[in-house]
Parts: sequence; C-alpha cells; structure tokens
Amino acid sequence: MAEKDYIQGATGPWEIVIGMEVHAQVLSKSKLFSGASTVFGAEPNHQVSLVDAAMPGMLPVINKYCIEQAVRTGLGLKAQINLHSVFDRKNYFYADLPQGYQISQYKQPIVGEGKLLLDMPDGTTREIGITRLHLEQDAGKSLHDQSPRETFVDLNRSGVALMEIVSEPDMRNSEEAGLYLKKLRTILRYLGTCDGNMDEGSMRADVNVSVRRPGEGLGTRCEIKNVNSVRFVQQAIEYEARRQIEILEEGGQIDQETRLFDTGKGVTRSMRSKEEAHDYRYFPDPDLLPLELDGEWVNQIARGLPELPDEKKARFIEKLGLSPYDASVLVAEKESADFYEKVAKGRDGKLCANWVITEYFGLLNKSGQSMDDFVITAEKLGGLIDLISDNTISNRLAKDVFALMVETGKDAATIVEEKGMKQVTDTGAIEAVIDAVMAANADKVAEYRSGKDKLFGFFVGQTMKASGGKANPNAVNELLKKKLAG
Amino acid sequence: MAIDPSTLTIAGALEGLAKKDFTSVELTQASIEAMQAARPLNAMITETPEKALEMAKASDARRAAGKAGLLEGIPLAIKDLFCTEGVLTTAASHILDGFKPAYESTATANLWQAGAVMLGKLNLDEFAMGSSNETSYYGPAINPWRAQDGTRLVPGGSSGGSAAAVAAGFALGATGTDTGGSIRQPASLCGITGIKPTYGRVSRWGIVAFASSLDQAGPMTRSVRDSALMLQAMAGFDPKDSTSVDTPVPDYAANLEAGVKGLRIGIPREYRMDGMNPEILALWEQGKAWLKDAGAEIVDIHLPHTHYALSAYYIVAPAEASSNLARYDGVRYGLRVPGKDLIEMYENTRGEGFGREVQRRIMIGTYVLSAGYYDAYYTKAQRVRTLIKKDFEQAFQRVDAILTPTAPNTAFPLGAKTDDPITMYLNDVFTVPVNLAGLPGMSLPAGMGADGLPWGLQLIGRPFDEATLLRVGRTVEKAANFTAKPTAWWRA
Repeated sequence: MAEKDYIQGATGPWEIVIGMEVHAQVLSKSKLFSGASTVFGAEPNHQVSLVDAAMPGMLPVINKYCIEQAVRTGLGLKAQINLHSVFDRKNYFYADLPQGYQISQYKQPIVGEGKLLLDMPDGTTREIGITRLHLEQDAGKSLHDQSPRETFVDLNRSGVALMEIVSEPDMRNSEEAGLYLKKLRTILRYLGTCDGNMDEGSMRADVNVSVRRPGEGLGTRCEIKNVNSVRFVQQAIEYEARRQIEILEEGGQIDQETRLFDTGKGVTRSMRSKEEAHDYRYFPDPDLLPLELDGEWVNQIARGLPELPDEKKARFIEKLGLSPYDASVLVAEKESADFYEKVAKGRDGKLCANWVITEYFGLLNKSGQSMDDFVITAEKLGGLIDLISDNTISNRLAKDVFALMVETGKDAATIVEEKGMKQVTDTGAIEAVIDAVMAANADKVAEYRSGKDKLFGFFVGQTMKASGGKANPNAVNELLKKKLAG
Repeated sequence: MAIDPSTLTIAGALEGLAKKDFTSVELTQASIEAMQAARPLNAMITETPEKALEMAKASDARRAAGKAGLLEGIPLAIKDLFCTEGVLTTAASHILDGFKPAYESTATANLWQAGAVMLGKLNLDEFAMGSSNETSYYGPAINPWRAQDGTRLVPGGSSGGSAAAVAAGFALGATGTDTGGSIRQPASLCGITGIKPTYGRVSRWGIVAFASSLDQAGPMTRSVRDSALMLQAMAGFDPKDSTSVDTPVPDYAANLEAGVKGLRIGIPREYRMDGMNPEILALWEQGKAWLKDAGAEIVDIHLPHTHYALSAYYIVAPAEASSNLARYDGVRYGLRVPGKDLIEMYENTRGEGFGREVQRRIMIGTYVLSAGYYDAYYTKAQRVRTLIKKDFEQAFQRVDAILTPTAPNTAFPLGAKTDDPITMYLNDVFTVPVNLAGLPGMSLPAGMGADGLPWGLQLIGRPFDEATLLRVGRTVEKAANFTAKPTAWWRA
C-alpha cells in the first residue's frame, strides 16, 4: 500500500482497513417470500401480505425472480454462483420484525467469492475482493415520531428482498470506500438488479473500520451500521479512524462494537458492545427447502447479461481511443455511456468524449434537468460536432453555438447559418484580414521580425478578432507564419 | 327419524344422505345437540352451531342440485390449530386471545370444498405441545372412556379434543395434527382411528406451526374407510406450502378391501422395550397373527437408531418451536400485556400468554440453538434424524409396512404425569421416529385392556404410500373387530 494512504498520528503512521457490507434492495415487483408489492412510497401498511405480517400458519414461498436477480448480480461481480444454497432463520425480537426472525442465508449463500474493480482518479484500477452475496428479507420500519408515547410500525418494507454484498477488508482509505460504493451502484444499475437510490434506502452500507501500524496484522474493528450516502460513509470512516488512532495512541484498546454515524454531528457513537451482541441462533428455515439452481438456467442468465462498465470502459479505450479517465467518467452511468455512444457513432471518439464530458455535462448540470428532459439530444450534439469536424466552425466558436442551442433549442447548422458563424477557410479572405492587421501594427511586425517571437500570439488574436472569430484558426496560423516571415 | 351420530361412520352417513334417510341439516342438528350434551368432556374450545347449520343447509342444496362432494353434508370438528376464517382460532393458548383469522387453512378449505360441515373448534394441548391435552389454556379435554372406578382420564394429546369428540360420537370425524404422535397417541387412548400422512402430503398452510419440519395434519375417525375418505379430501399439493409435494392423490378408498396377501409386514425388534406393559406386547403378537392369518408375511426387521429418536425429537421440535413462536409478541394480534418499554411488553405478554410447557420448550429450543451448543445438540440431532430415516429406508426395501404399538400405555388419570415431563414425553416413544423420518403412520383401536380401556396398534408405511397403509389397516380393523364404545356418562 502506498504510504500516501497512511494517517500520521502523534506517534507515527497508521493504516486504515475498511470492509463493507452493502444491503441492496432487489429490483422486483414483489417481495422475497410473498406476493406483496415493493413499490416505494405507498401508504403505511398498504403493501403487506399475511406472510409479511407473520400471521399464524403463514408460510414463505420463494420469489424466483429475486433469485434470478441475485444470480445476475453475482455474475456481474464475476463471482461464483452456488447451485446449492440454504435459507436460514436469524432470530431476534424487534417490533418491526413480525416473524421474530429474519429469513437470510448464513453458511451457504447463493453467491460466493467475486471481485470489483475500483477506477482510480489517475486512470489505474484497484481490485477489491467480494466475499459473498446472500439474499435476505428486509424488516419493517419503526416510526418513533408519529406519537409522543407510542411507536408506529410500517410493514410495507417487511419481506422486501435484499442482497447483502460483503467485501473483503481490502480498502485503505475513505476515497476507496466511496469509489467502491459508487462502482457497486454502477454495476447494480447496469444489471438492473437494484436502483441504487441511497436516499430512498434501497442501498445502505455497514462499514467495518479498523486501524493498524503499517505491516501489522488486522486491528480490532468497529462496525458502523446503516450509513446511507457515499459522503456519510466517507465522513464516518474519517472520524472513526481518527477516534481509534487517538484511543490507541493514548494506550487504550478498541472495543469491538457496533456504532452509529450521527450525520448531524459527523461523529460515530456506540450502539451496542460485543457483550450485548445478539445470539441470532441461526438454523436452516424448515419452511423452505434448500435452494437448488439449474446450471443451464444460470448459464442462460449469464448469456443475457448486458455489457458491464469494466468491459465498456475497456472497449472505449481500445476501440474509441479514449483515456482511461474519460472512459471511466462516461461509463459511470449507463445512461451517459449510451448517450456518448450515440454521439460518437461514426464520429471521432475522442472529440465526442471531450464534448460530452466537458460541454454537455457542464450545461446539463447547470440546467438541473435530467438527460431525458434536456433540450440537447445525442443527434443535436452530433450535428454540432460534425460542423467542427468538417471545419465549418472552429472548436471555440462551437461552444458559443452550443450555448445558443441550449438557449433556443435550434440545431447547430441552423444557428450557424442564421448567425453567419461559418468559419472562413478561404485563404484569400484570411490573407486580406492579415494584411490589414499587419498594416495597422507595422511597429509590432518590425519587433517580431527582429526576434520577438512571443508577439505571434498577438497577431493571431488580432486576426481572429478582425474576422469575428470566424477565421479558421489553423489557416490563420499558417498564413501568419508565412506572411510575418516576410 | 331421530339420528344418533355416535352410531354413524362417515361412510354410513354419506349413504344415509344419498338415500335421503336424513338431510345434512338433520344430521348436523343431531351432532350439535350431541356436542352440547358432551360439554363435560371440554372437547370444544369454540362451538359454531349457526355456521354448522348454515353450511349444512348449503350442503343439502348442493346435494339436491346433484353436486355432492366427497364429504357432502358430513359434520366435522376442527382442531383449534387450523386457522378458520372469521372463527376464533386459539391454538389453546392465552396468547392468541381474540384472534380471528382473515383466512382459511388449505386443509380445512379442502374439506369445505368437499362439502363437509364445521361443528366448531376442538381443544388441544397449547400449541400442540403435550401428550394429554392438559397444557391447554382452556383446561383439559376429558377422555370419554373412564377408569372403572369412574376416575376421569386424559384423552391423550395433543389432538385430545379431536379424539374425544370422535370417540364420544358427536363428530363423525375430526382433523388432527401430528408432530410427534399427536394424532396417533390420542387415537390410541380414545379407541379411534387416526392417520398421520407423509410429510408434504397435506398442506401446512394456515395451520399454526409447532415444528415445521415435523408437523403434518391428518384425519381422526371411527373407521379406516372414514380416514381414507377424509384424507382424500385433505391431501394435495399446495403451492403456498414450499414443503408440500406435487404428487397425485390416489383414490384411497378404492383398494381398501384388497387384503394383505403377499404383503410383507415388518416387526422392528427395537420397539420391544424394557418394562413394557405385557398387555400391549400380547396385542402386538395378536396383530402379527391377524396379518399372518390374512396372508401377509411377517418379517423381523431392525431399526437400530430407534433408541435415539425421542432425544433427537426433543431437540429438533423445541428448536423449531422456539423460532416459530417468536411471532407471538403482542405487537400485531392476540394478547398484549403492556410494559414500560418494548422489552418489558414482550416479557409480560409472553410470560402471561404462554403456559409452562410451552415456555419450557421455548427455553429448551433457544438453548439448543444458541452459540456454542448448536453443534452439540441441533447438528447432532439432525444427524440422528438422518440415521433414523436410513433405518426406515433399509427396512422398506424388505417390507411393505411396519407394525408396532402406538403408545406404551392406555389412558391415564388427569394430573398423573403432569409433574414429570420426561414420563409424559415417553408416551411418544413409538410415534416420534415416524415424524423424524417423514413417513405415514396410523393408529387403529385393536383391543381392550384389563382396565377396560382401549389399546392401539400403529402401522407405518412407505413415503406417499398411504394407500397400502390404509389397506393393511383395514385388514387389522376387520380382524380386531373393535366395537367397544364408552358409556355416555357425560350425558347424565
């Protein structure tokens, strides 16, 4: 690990070790073991079946589509798919856990070891190990703010399918943790197995943090539960690492415990210690038979997988000549990658990438609109880039045209036509402008010719200005050089 | 005509109904009167006479329209472990106070679909945990058979109310459930016939769970034919129960009279235990002789792991129960005893809501699943279970059915075993292995003891071969010609 990742404490450097358990809500119409709907935002307790409410005598029946989604996710994480897996009961009491146990997978999860590549800002990648992925039921929601004396329970979420995706303790700083979450979200969204909306709670992270002296074994970890944004995950890690280092440097020791992140104060605080930890009394759920998957069915799902971000990125680099950084920016959201591909079809890949990343995203963000609603379609942007490529307008002028396109909704060719912005490539016309500029600045011409090369830029500027920005910059450069040389 | 339901079988009543000797309303009315007269037996938790008459009326209409089902017009009583739509369902527990399900269990729905009529809900051991019906929150059901000195006896359990109702004669048949012997042992103690089908044969959906991997519902009746008819209606694949098996339900009554010629009947030597009552040993011998006389071949077999069955059962069943009963927490339905916070509310509700035997099993189950003990108890018990299953698999390569005693004793006085759970648990020593192996088993009344009380014999069959089991049972039934009936002392 690079030394830059170490945290300098009062007594020397420390290394942070981070592992993550991400709970991702499976995109499915109905719950993991019941037919009730999973749509977010319904009236409380309006999406609750008899099974979800744990009425006496009710039995779980596996939703095959949720299994398919878990397998798809496993394949997307290049992980081993276990054809035999088992659902267990995790027993504990809570008001929003109607059965008194959560159906989960303990010793035999549906997905085994896999990996995930982080796209580092310098264009390199870093591999993070995936330990496992298992399916489990979500609990309901306790509402403590509806009445001064009572807690209300909303069971809409009770029984919704979650994938718990567990990473190896392979991350070494909060930035990597953030990249891990983002990349995981990207993959889930590409696969269509989770919407990744952390603000709606459909993706939540439990973060395991420990610190150690470089080169030493793993320290005692604390688990920070249920952090619901990338920013909070990073803040929580920063705080927690500092807290642990302080304790250790003062000669104390870390208690293995579960902590909560207070988003208001930016601190973590103890939720329960190891001694208070539940004994979940896991055992195989006798209401469900072990899950046996057909290998051919898994292969069929594998064949139907979409191109994933890593593959797309590699293709953008190899086939379209993009830099690794540009490629990873474009593939981060499938929508952006698709948009880019539409723009780049039959055009210069690199030029298109620059335009999409810098100009298009710039104005899109400024507009606050979604890609779907934004006035600039891939066709319109492509039309603009065509005008650059065939030298109708200069790259610089194109930015003005683009701004006008956003403003008026008109396409590039129309604007260029209407505003007479066509680039002048006629050398005769440009020569005439240059001649006028040289005549008006005879003293500068003399200075240039006596060795003051730096004045070249001045002449380019004057010429462009005199042409109203329409002169072809390359032609201007060439002609100026020739004429100034005398 | 005056109808005495205690003299009728289901098959006989179906004939009477078909011949228009009486209507379902008349039969049901007579059954309701008999049920009310039998209240001293405390066999019912909830009587539903209005509902019964309504259903009987509808049944008569269907019959008149030529749409008679398999059990058209037959009044039955339902163990109060089956959820019945709109009708109080208690599992004989305080904790389900006031619980009226909005749904009907698949097994009972199948019975109503076949035209049967519901008389009400039967007493049982709380959450089916017990072998004497004495753990019921609603008080014990009483065996229609009394000791010769008039001492009141237990009907067995957990389906004690079911056995009492059928033996007393007010219900032509009753549903039971059997986790470790809860159909067969009370059938034996009350002198009736009961069958625990193969695990997966009858849907568990809508039946309050005790131990999910062992629970199975079945019929309790006055004859083998009646059991065949009722099972026919109850059985079948149910997509709502993942452990239900999708295999066709044969016509169980079709081959009942085919006899046992050429069949091989196994006698497991391990079921002959130290200190066994000589009466049951003699009756067991008698059973062998009956089958042999009827043309069956008697084969000695080994079930070497029998000895460990009861111990394994009392780990697996409480383990599952401890988890299954976690949902009774006072939050959503049934009893809630308030507390200063959530934990205290749980403690108060579950402390008051569950009786002592249920609490004992929850504690045992919680213990055997806890960290550090799981492998020593639960894992080991599951291994034993596998071995017991293998024992039977090997035996069934050589035989078509197995004959054993049902229970080690006849009915015993109330309170006789309540202070000693181990003695109580030993009542299930012959029945428990069948549940652990998931096999079908039935108990038939086979003879009377010197105490004037019925003894039962148990038959065990291959998985999903209830048809052969019933056929062998019919042969034993004919030979035993058990006609004794309790005197209706409760009417006095």
